[in-house]
This record gives sequence, C-alpha cells and structure tokens, in this order.
Amino acid sequence: MIEVRDLNKGFDGHPVLEGVSFQIEHGESVAIIGRSGGGKSVLLKLIIALLQPDRGTVLIEGKNITGLNERQLIEVRAQFGMVFQGAALFDSMTVAENVAFALHRKGGHTAGEINRLVARTLDVVGLRGTERKKPAELSGGMRKRVGLARAIIYEPQILLYDEPTTGLDPIVSDSIDKLIIRVRETLKVTSVVVTHDMRSARRVGQRILMLHDKRLYANGTPEEIFGSTDPVVRQFIDGVADPEDVLF
Amino acid sequence: MNDFGQKWIIGGLTGLGQIALLARDALASCLTFKLAKRDLLYQIYSIGVKSQSVVLVTGAFTGMVLAAQTYFQFHKVKMDTATLAVVSVSMCSELGPVLTALMVAGRVGASMAAELATMRVTEQIDALRTLATHPVDYLVVPRLLASLIALPLLTTEAMAIGIGSAYVVGVFLYGIDPAYAWWNMLKYSHDVDVQIGIIKSVIYGGIIALVGCYKGLNCGMGAEGVGRATTEAVVYASIAILISNFFLTTALEQLAVIFKL
Repeated sequence: MIEVRDLNKGFDGHPVLEGVSFQIEHGESVAIIGRSGGGKSVLLKLIIALLQPDRGTVLIEGKNITGLNERQLIEVRAQFGMVFQGAALFDSMTVAENVAFALHRKGGHTAGEINRLVARTLDVVGLRGTERKKPAELSGGMRKRVGLARAIIYEPQILLYDEPTTGLDPIVSDSIDKLIIRVRETLKVTSVVVTHDMRSARRVGQRILMLHDKRLYANGTPEEIFGSTDPVVRQFIDGVADPEDVLF
Repeated sequence: MNDFGQKWIIGGLTGLGQIALLARDALASCLTFKLAKRDLLYQIYSIGVKSQSVVLVTGAFTGMVLAAQTYFQFHKVKMDTATLAVVSVSMCSELGPVLTALMVAGRVGASMAAELATMRVTEQIDALRTLATHPVDYLVVPRLLASLIALPLLTTEAMAIGIGSAYVVGVFLYGIDPAYAWWNMLKYSHDVDVQIGIIKSVIYGGIIALVGCYKGLNCGMGAEGVGRATTEAVVYASIAILISNFFLTTALEQLAVIFKL
C-alpha cells in the first residue's frame, strides 16, 4: 500500500505541492490528473523518492521512506517499476540490454534465462524482434513500450507511469492504455498513472486523483469525476481555457 | 567582502565538499560493490586506448621543443651534452604527468561530464535509480578506477616518447654527442623522478574522473546545463591539476629527501 501524508514540495521558494494526502491500495490502479506544471510528475517522483519532500511523509507498505539515503532506498525501489515520460532508455545500449538491465544488476540468472525473459517481455509489449535495435532507431510509442518492458521484467509490485501517452497519436495511445491494463491484470500490480489525457485517465484509472492549485482537489472513481459538477473539475474535463489563459 | 565574493567562496567550498563526498562514496563502493569487469574494461579502453594519439603527440612535441630550447641555452655555455638530462628530469617529474593530465582532462573529463549530464537531463540517471542501481556504483566507480589505471600508463608513455623525441632532435638535428648525452641523462635522472611522476599521475587521474563525474551528475537542466557542465569539468580539473602540482612537487620532493630515495 502507498500512503502519502501531508506532502509539501517546492523549488526555489515556489511551492508546487501543499498538504497532499491520499492512499493507494494493493492492486489498485490510480490516475493522477491535473494541469501541466501542476506537480503531477513531482508527486510521482516523491512517491519513489527520486525527490525528497520539504514536509510530509511517504509510506510504502507501512515503511516511511522519507529521509532514507540513496543506499537504503535501493531496497525500497526494488519494489517499483517506473515508465518515464521520455522513456529514459539508456541510449548506449540495445533494446535487449535496456530490458535486461535490472536482471543483470540483480544477478542470479544465467545468460540463457535472461535472453528468454527479455524475449518473453518484449513479446508482452508487442516488440518481438527488436532486441538488437538501439533506442534511437525506435519511434516514440516503441520507446515507451521498451520502457515498460524494462520496468516489468523483474515483476515489481508497484508500477509508476509518467505521462505514458503524451506525444503519441490516439491509436498508439490506445494501445499503450490497453497494455497498462493488461500488465495490471496479468501481474496484479499497483499502478499509478500520471496523465493529462482524460481519455487515458478514464480507461486506466479505477480511481482518479486531481491536483489543482498545489493541492489534491478531487478524489473519486472515473464515474464520479466525469460526472462532477464542480466548475474546476468540469473545466479540466471539458478542456476549456479561462479567458485570461487565452493567448491571442 | 561583498556578496559576490562570499557567494563565490561558499560555492567553491561547497563544490569541493561535494566532490570529497563523491570520492568517499566511490571509495566505499569500490570496497563493497562487485564491479562489472566489462564496464571497467570499456572505460579503460575509452580513457586509455582512445587517448593514445593525443598523449603521443603531446609527449613527442613537448620533448622536442624542450630539447631545442634547452640546447639553445646550454650551447652558449658549452653544456650541450646536458640537454637530455634536463629533458629527462622535466618530462618524468613535471611535464609528462602534468601535460598528459591536462590533455586527458580536455578529452576524457569533458566526455565524462557531457555523457553523465546528458543522462541526467534525459532522466537516464533517474531511470538507473528506479532500477535499484546507485549511480555512483554504476557510473562513477568504473570511470574513477579506469582513470586511476590509465593515467599512469599514459604518463609513462608520454615520458618515454618525450625523451625519445628529445634524443632524436638533440642528436640528429643539433649534433649532440649521443654517448655523452645518454650518459649525462642516466647520471642526473633518478628512479625517484619517475616515481614522483607516476604518483602525480594517479592523483590527476582521480581529479579528472571525480570532477568530470561530479559536474555531469550535478549539471543544470537543458542543453545549456550540459554545455556548462562540460566546460566547467575541463576548466576546474585543469586548474585543480595545476594547483595540486605545486603542492605535490613540494611534498613529494620533501618525502624523497626524508626517505633518501
């Protein structure tokens, strides 16, 4: 279980998150929505302790991970997999080397076992036969799938997705969403998906959290959020700009 | 002292402290972490083998110009045959290690900083951390160890090629008697000169790797951040090499006297 309590984070004196608290249960799939620059990715990085909060705590399976040093966090992060917005593939490595990275680091697998696991995982994300390609040779959607394969190969308990469909066409976005759902159902993982794509949030989230004005503004099922009459929630769902936000 | 001066001093001291912490982390990792031989060999290849041409050219032409200048001055006082001795001592204890380190700082320090900075701005460092890998273990330790191994080898090479080139210039271009030149060189050059040069090169190897990795891992965001990290890595490593050279020379020469080497 992930528990976030009274989380505060700012950069250079500018607050990004204030007093954010919520819980995510085992096996649950939660979408975090909000405007660009609203602190969604920061929240995700706080959950996996890539950033440290200014105040507040993050508990993973009841263990407070706030303030742990980088070596202590290695054990904690072994429970996580993360798919980055830009995939963050290691560009000096091939697809197979990227996907196998965690297994090589962990040890305990023969080269043959690793090759079989890599082939099977690439098959799951629909990229069989791309083992020898370099990240630069892949399209945006393929890179995100490789990122997902790299994150799931060691079967983590929690998967974090940072804008998994941003910059992709609607068809590829749909295939990524379906992949996220398939991975969740197959591996029974807890999924946290940060997105501002409302269609994607509705498809992958069993619950939706909305960040607004540095705080957790709404928390509910997709039906509750999409049926909300709250003007802030409605405005975001309908994608209507305020008059002062109109650039021309 | 004005605000700018205070900030500059505090910034400099903070940077030095953070590099010291990085060195401590890397040392601790060396003692506890099972290093991947493949990564270490790749870094030795990248730092050592790929720096060959730069170091050979630097060593050769430094030896040649040093021989020429020394010959011009010594010829006036009929001490032509001492030329090679001066070149030998200079190349072994000062010019060999310092110039090799400066050239490697320019090539390798910049490359390390640029590579790690690019990894940082493209979130590859964060990806490493999410894959339960400490960036110091995976990125810094192989580069540091490879630098510590490669720099003494490159320096030895620069010393040899510098002295060899000086011999060719002195004997074949300026007509110095080869037997006397060789004899004087052996008479005035000692093992301790080579030892001092090698010790210095190991320390410079550490400086280059630590400054390059530190600047890369702590760069600002975007292309500007990568560019600045690369420039600063070369400038700071070069300055650190030149400043530490004075203190190393003083300390090592004193030690040589104390231990009668």
